[in-house]
Amino acid sequence: MADTAVTTNPGGAPVSPGDDPSRRDFINIAAAVAAVGGVAAVAWPFIDQMNPSSDTLALASIEFDLSKVQLGQQVVVKWRGKPVFVRYRTPKEIAEAVHDDHADLRDPATDAERHKPGKPQWLILIGVCTHLGCVPTFGQGDYGGWFCPCHGSVYDTAGRIRKGPAPKNLYLPDYSFLSDTKVKIG
Amino acid sequence: MSGHSTYEPKTAIERWLDTRLPIVRFGVDLMDFPTPKNLNYWWTFGGILAFCLVVQIVTGVILAMHYTATADGAFNSVEHIMRDVNYGWLIRFIHANGASMFFLAVYVHMFRGIYYGSYKAPREVLWLLGVIIYLLMMATAFMGYVLPWGQMSFWGATVITNIIGSLPVVGPSITTWLWGGFAVGDPTLNRFFSLHYLLPFMIAGVVVLHIWALHVPGNNNPTGVNVKSKADTVPFHPYYTVKDGFGIAVFVLLFATFVFFNPDGMGHPDNYTPANPLVTPSHIVPEWYFLPFYAMLRAVPNKLMGVLTMFGSIGMLFILPWLDTSRVRSMRYRPQAKWFFAVFVVACLILGVCGGHEPDDLWLPSAGGFTLWDSDLFSYTWVARVFALYYFAYFLVITPLLGLLEQPLPMPESISTPVLSHPATVPAGAAASPEKKG
Repeated sequence: MADTAVTTNPGGAPVSPGDDPSRRDFINIAAAVAAVGGVAAVAWPFIDQMNPSSDTLALASIEFDLSKVQLGQQVVVKWRGKPVFVRYRTPKEIAEAVHDDHADLRDPATDAERHKPGKPQWLILIGVCTHLGCVPTFGQGDYGGWFCPCHGSVYDTAGRIRKGPAPKNLYLPDYSFLSDTKVKIG
Repeated sequence: MSGHSTYEPKTAIERWLDTRLPIVRFGVDLMDFPTPKNLNYWWTFGGILAFCLVVQIVTGVILAMHYTATADGAFNSVEHIMRDVNYGWLIRFIHANGASMFFLAVYVHMFRGIYYGSYKAPREVLWLLGVIIYLLMMATAFMGYVLPWGQMSFWGATVITNIIGSLPVVGPSITTWLWGGFAVGDPTLNRFFSLHYLLPFMIAGVVVLHIWALHVPGNNNPTGVNVKSKADTVPFHPYYTVKDGFGIAVFVLLFATFVFFNPDGMGHPDNYTPANPLVTPSHIVPEWYFLPFYAMLRAVPNKLMGVLTMFGSIGMLFILPWLDTSRVRSMRYRPQAKWFFAVFVVACLILGVCGGHEPDDLWLPSAGGFTLWDSDLFSYTWVARVFALYYFAYFLVITPLLGLLEQPLPMPESISTPVLSHPATVPAGAAASPEKKG
C-alpha cells in the first residue's frame, strides 16, 4: 500500500479519486445477493437428493384381488412400504359404524365418507396409527375396530379415532374398484 | 492456550520443528495446564467421556467393515458379525454397551456441571458446546440403534420420525424427506448409516472446541471459587492424568461387567426379531437413556404439545446459564439449592421409570380406580406429569427465584484456604503445595 497514492479522510477510511461510495455499495450488495442465490441453487440438489427417488415413486400403485378376503376378515397388503388394511366388514360392524356417525368424534366423518359408494362392506385404510405410525391391531379395542399397541389409540369399525392420543382417523389411500373383486390402490 | 509456555526445545530438530509447527509445544502446554488442586472424582468424567468416544469410534469403524446397510442384508450381517467374524461378538457388544456407558458418563458429567455451577460465567460457551455434544450424541445413538434392523430398530425409527411429522404444515414433507420414501425403508437405513458414521467425527470436532473453551477460563472446582494464585493449582500431568486414569480404570470395570456378564441387559429382546413393516411389537420403548424424554412426550395428551415439551426439556439446558441468578457457583455453599437439585435428579430418574412403562399401567396396582381428567390418578401418566412439571419448574421457577431468595453459606477466600469451623481437625501441612511432594 505504501507505493500507491491513497489519501485518507479524517475518519481513516481510504478515499481515492473517482470512487463513488454508493456505486461501491451497490456492487457489494449485488455480489452478496448473487453469492447467496448461487449457494441456494447449489444447496438444493444436495437437499432434494434425500426425497423419494424415481424408482420409489414408480412403485406407487398395486392391484389387489378382493376374493381372497372372507367376510369379517382383514387382509394386510403392503403399499409404498406401509401396511394397507382391506377389511370385509360384517353388516353388524357397518351398522355400528353408521350408528356412531353423530357421536362425539374427534375427527368427524360419516361412515359413508369412509368407503366407496355402494360398497360399505369394503373398508380400505392405511394401517398406520395417526399418532406415531405404529400398526394398530385388528378387532381389538372398545369399538371392535383397531387398537394401537404403542400408545393406546382406539379406532372404530370405520377406522375413526375414538380414544387415545391419535389426532386423526386412519387415512384413506387413493383407490378405485377395477371390477367387483379387484381394487387398484394408489 | 494458557498464555504462557514452559516448553524449551532441547535438540536442534525440536527447535527446527518448533519454529515451523509448534505441535510439541502444544502438547507440553496441554499437559502442563494449571488445574485447580481440589478437583474430586466427579471431575474425572470428562476424561472418561473422551475414552468412551475413542472406544465407540474404534469399535464402530471395525463393525462398519463387516456390516451391510441394506434392508435385506442388515439384520443378517449383524448376526454374521455375532457368529462368524473373529471376535465380532466382543466388538459389537463393546459398541452396543459402549453407547449406554457413554450416556451414563455424560449424565454424571452434566449433573456435576449443574451441582457445581460449571455453566456460570465465564463458562457459558463451554456449557453450550457440551449441550451441542449431547444433542449430537442423541442423534448418533438413535441412528445407530436403527442399524441392526430388528423390530425395535424399525419401530423406534418409525415412531421418532413420525414425531417430526407432527409439526404443522411442513411436518409430513420433512418426514418423507427423512425417509426417502413413504415409510421407513431401505433409503432410510442407508442414510442413517452414513450419518451414524459421520456424526462421531463431528462430536470429536465439538469436543476440541469444548476443551478449548475449557482452557480459556480454566476448570471450575468443587468450591466454585476462582483460582487466585499458583498455589491453588497443580499441573494437569501427572496429577490429573493419574486421577483420570484411575477413574477410567474403575469405569472400565463396570463397562466390562456389562460386556461379559450381561451384554443384552440394556437392549431389548424384540431387536433380535428381523424388522417387519406390517407388525408392530406390543411395547415400543427407546433405549434407557431416552426414557425420561419419552415419558415427557407421552405425558402431554396433545401430540404437537408433547413434541414441543420433549424438545423444550433439552432447550432448558441451553438457557440454564441465563436462568440462574445466584452468584454462588457451587451448591456446596447453597443449603437450599442442593435439596432442590437432589429432587431434580430423582425426578429425572422417576421420569425414566415412567418412560419404561405403559402410560396406563398403575404404579400402585391396588390403588387404581380413581380417574382424574383423562387418566387414572395412580397411572404412570400422572407420575410423569407431576415430575415433568417439576423438571420444568426447576429450570424456569426454582433456579431464577432461589438465586435471589437464598442465603448462601460463607465461602472460602480461595481454594487453598477453605472455610474451616474446626481448624484443628486439619492436619498440619495439608494446604502445603502438593507439587513439592513428588
